[in-house]
Amino acid sequence: MRLAPGSPWRHWRNWRTRHRIAAGTAALAVLAGGGVVTVAAADSPAPVHREDRVMSMPETAGSTQRVRIDTSFFTSGGSGRRPAVLLAHGFGGSKDDMRPEAERLARDGYAVLTWSARGFGASTGKIGLNSPDREVADVRRLIDWLGKRNDVQLNGPDDPVVGIAGASYGGAISLLTAGYDKRVDAIAPEITWWNLADSLFPQNASGQATDSGVFKKLWAGIFFTTGTTSTTTAPSGGGKASSTCRFTTELCAMYDAAAVSGHADAATVKLLEQSSPSSVAARIKVPTLVVQGQNDSLFPLGQGDAIARAVAANGAPVSVDWTSGGHDGGDQEASRVEARTVAWFDRYLKQDKSANTGPAFRVTRTGGVDTTDGQTVLRGASSAAYPGLSGTGSRTVALTGKAQTVSNPAGGSPPAISSLPGIGALSQLSQLSSLGQGLSLDFPGQRAVFDSAPLTSALQMTGSARTRVTVKTDAPAGAVLFAKVYDVGPGGSASLPHQLVAPLRVTASGTVDVTLPALDHSFAAGHRLRLVLATTDLGYSSPTAPATYTVSLPAGAALTVPTDTALTTAQAGLPVWAWGLPLGAVALAAALLLIGRRRPERTAEEEPAEVPLEIAGLSKRYHGAADRYAVRDLSFRVERGQVLGLLGPNGAGKTTTMRMLMGLIRPDAGTIRIFGHEITPGAPVLSRVGAFVEGAGFLPHLTGRSNLDLYWQATGRPAQDAHVEEALAIAGLGEALDRAVRTYSQGMRQRLAIAQAMLGLPDLLILDEPTNGLDPPQIREMRAVVARYAATGRTVIVSSHLLSEVEQSCTHLVVMDKGRLIAAGPVDEISGSGGTLFVGTGEMTAIALEETAHKLAGLPGVAAADVAEAGLLVRLDGLSVHELLAELLRLEVPVERVGPHRRLEDVFLTLIGGPA
Amino acid sequence: MTAGTDTTGAAPGYRPRRTLPLRVEAVRQLLRRRTLVAFAVVAGLPVVVWAAFAIGGTPGERNGTTTLIDVATSSGLNFSLAVLFVSSGFLLTIPVALFFGDTVASEASWSSLRYLLAAPVPRARLLASKLLVSLGFSATAVLALPTVALVVGTAAYGWSDLQLTTAGSLPPGTAVQRLVIIALYVFVSQLAVAGFAFWLSTVTDAPLGAVGGAVGVAIISNILDAITALGSLRNVLPTHWQYAWADALQPGQLEWAGMIKGTSVSVSFAVVFFALAFRGFRKKDIVS
Repeated sequence: MRLAPGSPWRHWRNWRTRHRIAAGTAALAVLAGGGVVTVAAADSPAPVHREDRVMSMPETAGSTQRVRIDTSFFTSGGSGRRPAVLLAHGFGGSKDDMRPEAERLARDGYAVLTWSARGFGASTGKIGLNSPDREVADVRRLIDWLGKRNDVQLNGPDDPVVGIAGASYGGAISLLTAGYDKRVDAIAPEITWWNLADSLFPQNASGQATDSGVFKKLWAGIFFTTGTTSTTTAPSGGGKASSTCRFTTELCAMYDAAAVSGHADAATVKLLEQSSPSSVAARIKVPTLVVQGQNDSLFPLGQGDAIARAVAANGAPVSVDWTSGGHDGGDQEASRVEARTVAWFDRYLKQDKSANTGPAFRVTRTGGVDTTDGQTVLRGASSAAYPGLSGTGSRTVALTGKAQTVSNPAGGSPPAISSLPGIGALSQLSQLSSLGQGLSLDFPGQRAVFDSAPLTSALQMTGSARTRVTVKTDAPAGAVLFAKVYDVGPGGSASLPHQLVAPLRVTASGTVDVTLPALDHSFAAGHRLRLVLATTDLGYSSPTAPATYTVSLPAGAALTVPTDTALTTAQAGLPVWAWGLPLGAVALAAALLLIGRRRPERTAEEEPAEVPLEIAGLSKRYHGAADRYAVRDLSFRVERGQVLGLLGPNGAGKTTTMRMLMGLIRPDAGTIRIFGHEITPGAPVLSRVGAFVEGAGFLPHLTGRSNLDLYWQATGRPAQDAHVEEALAIAGLGEALDRAVRTYSQGMRQRLAIAQAMLGLPDLLILDEPTNGLDPPQIREMRAVVARYAATGRTVIVSSHLLSEVEQSCTHLVVMDKGRLIAAGPVDEISGSGGTLFVGTGEMTAIALEETAHKLAGLPGVAAADVAEAGLLVRLDGLSVHELLAELLRLEVPVERVGPHRRLEDVFLTLIGGPA
Repeated sequence: MTAGTDTTGAAPGYRPRRTLPLRVEAVRQLLRRRTLVAFAVVAGLPVVVWAAFAIGGTPGERNGTTTLIDVATSSGLNFSLAVLFVSSGFLLTIPVALFFGDTVASEASWSSLRYLLAAPVPRARLLASKLLVSLGFSATAVLALPTVALVVGTAAYGWSDLQLTTAGSLPPGTAVQRLVIIALYVFVSQLAVAGFAFWLSTVTDAPLGAVGGAVGVAIISNILDAITALGSLRNVLPTHWQYAWADALQPGQLEWAGMIKGTSVSVSFAVVFFALAFRGFRKKDIVS
């Protein structure tokens, strides 16, 4: 139970913790004679200066007895004057509980004074329950002390700018002091009481006597025994340990009497009202932030409502905040409440007009459990006006149920269970109740049940529902009943929202108005509301004499459920990154897509559109081969109707060139124009190009026919432009067309791929090694196809390393080697008059031929001379044929014939300087 | 033999926006064996789970804690949720990684990619078609699982309230709504893996490399998520929020925060990786 100060539990934990009291008693011995202690706490960014001081005050006004009040004064920063804040601790606590908050407030620029109230911590004296002439007088003397300091801002002489904040016991002292001392400028009471008699002896039936409340025995017991030290927990050195009552004598007597009788007599009510802010209702005229817990069966929301209404009636600004906490537990939202309190003081003590004091009315609503971290998710609903417990509107929910006879068991046992003070907080009953798992228990025969029809639409209740109930009783003490509204799911599971009940005592038979517990709860569509009136409740005192009552609803009775339509729920609880991350991702994605994008170049048609292909200065180096060009400075041009052979050994750069033609690879330099349009990836003009490059590319699981069909559909062009049948005729696959491509042979794929390239009868057809894998008749057929195709005026480019292939099917040639252009022109020109001559020789030894070739190669005007079968191949470079003949004769070569060399293979070898 | 009628020099009838229509891409992918196997596994899993319960008997709670598996046989809705629960961690990652990781890389490995690009299908258009078809296939697989399970479970265990692992139950009408939300969230939470797989698909020619890489990332993310010392860093792991849909299984108000965070992380990863894929593919030299 030793929870860290500043945790959500800090305000109320001491209600139940005797250990703290024991520790406080031990500390008394150290501090009592301590006088002034000055400590500079330098444990955090801005050091906070703390002065501990024990002040001596009269027991009551004019009394000679003194009490010692243990105080701490916190400041931070410079020595200028600043507003002061008094931080009051909860019941059973001490000034030490407030230290972390005090240090934070000091850093925010306030002078903060904390103190242990009479009977708590190191302070002496009897507990007077915030009695006006004891505790309230003490606080007024603290304000006197603040008014004499030179570091506290003043409104006037001896009138410091001061606010008071505190929870529970500390909240009540803030209200009472504000009522008794006009120097208080703003207060922020939290989960506290307005009227202690109403809180401990609640009465929710109309028309009953003021002293007819039902004793809240369990809470009252915890309340009063906390103030009574017990010998079992007293420290060994604690001289004060005894079973004596630490309250004032009259309070002790009052509790003893009430605990036995279960009744509040007029004197008790009068005594409790002395300690109640309600006694000074008309005098509390300062800005008030009312924070009340929804899980609070001790000081329920109605107490906060009374504070808000009274202060608002006096004309002071009020904001109401219903947290998810309270004395019964749940998330106390400590950090949010503290931030709001600071903002409140910033606005009304520092007079900072820009401080956001928040909405006039805020309700924390509980979502489900976040399963990723097990935490209950909270959302804030807020509104610009606080409507009170009747809401801005209401909805009438009809109830049905006949008159029921209920019995009050002898001794009031076994009792029904709603909330369990103390234990309830630990087991988080109320929190579970929001998930439909709350522990609540009614005994059959001890309750009357009235159900509504299933709700046709969801109902968000905010405030106190009301109804009318007729009770018949002949018991002399009257009938004590506990009214509650269950949320009943379609499956019949019932949950009691916030575990709250409304006790009522009806002293004489009749019909009464019943005010049900104030709460904020969402009844889902399809759920029922169930009004239950039980005769017992664990937390309350009910008559011990057995009795029976008859409970019924008067004709037309219904639940009037208050709603607040002005409350709007914020979609809260999400960290910033939940929205920021996707926004950042979209921004990053946009940057990735937009930066470095190459604008599509609108190419002016500099070249005539009739030129099917024009390559200029084309170069490409692959990554990882920076020193070696795949294609280097390649330029050539293809005219319409030509069949161009692209010839070169493996690795000459033919395929790379073709990939660049198709826009698959970006050239490093140079341009390719097809029909006058520069080729970029996906250039539309490519739709006029059909290509077969480096083997087939089909989807193996589809048939040949589906492959072609789907390919054509992928081009998005009209089906009638495909000329599928013509293409399929070329492929000549027959029935195999309807088999999956994965069953095809290499040749079949090849033919299908060429057919695919011819789909749509492209104006420029590119075929890379088209005869690979074909048998001789198919090769012949392929040549005829190519020739026929070109005859229609279309252009064909055929690449091959097979020279015979090119020789027989092409009109023009481009010869490449190692990425460079070696020769370009008509086949005849290159093979014939390209300067290469075949010299047929008579019988010569191979050695003699070698020698001759070597000598010829050395002559000026001869580019190359190689040995060929039965002769020599000579490529001239300036030398005329006549001069060559003369040279041959001079070398005594037996020349039989000299003519242009027609075998392309030899030409090719010569051109690329192949094996000689 | 017709010259281009427009300034782009395109063949008549060619419009870049009409290339590789979604229907064509869907047909191309649909008849693939691995697509069919993926769908068969997803559709068959509920039957396998049902058979397991039939053989092994009705599960019961152990150690006082109830899991979705323990209440799996209480209704068709429960069975559907239980099947989704056992699959959403890892099983459903595989079809999603498959559909996104395989789509471009397999075309590269078949060499069909270069013919599509030379058709020409503009590169962004090709990726967009493939992305949308993969999204459609993945969504179908992820949504088919609970749907088939609901049918199988209702046939086997009847149509009644959804029993929650916490006390309480949801009526069928509400439960079906929640189931739809959960299935959609499970799909959305897989988008991070989808994005990574899609990007890998554009940088490698090995389809299984892309699929395996994406699954591997999911596994590594799960391992890192188990290291609690990483603290809030785990919040941005792609798999950290994969069970956030349990927030929808509460009797009271539906809790969105976890699912919104999960969606935020998943969508962010997906958007960035999709963008990386488009950027890389735009300039890539196609040498497959």
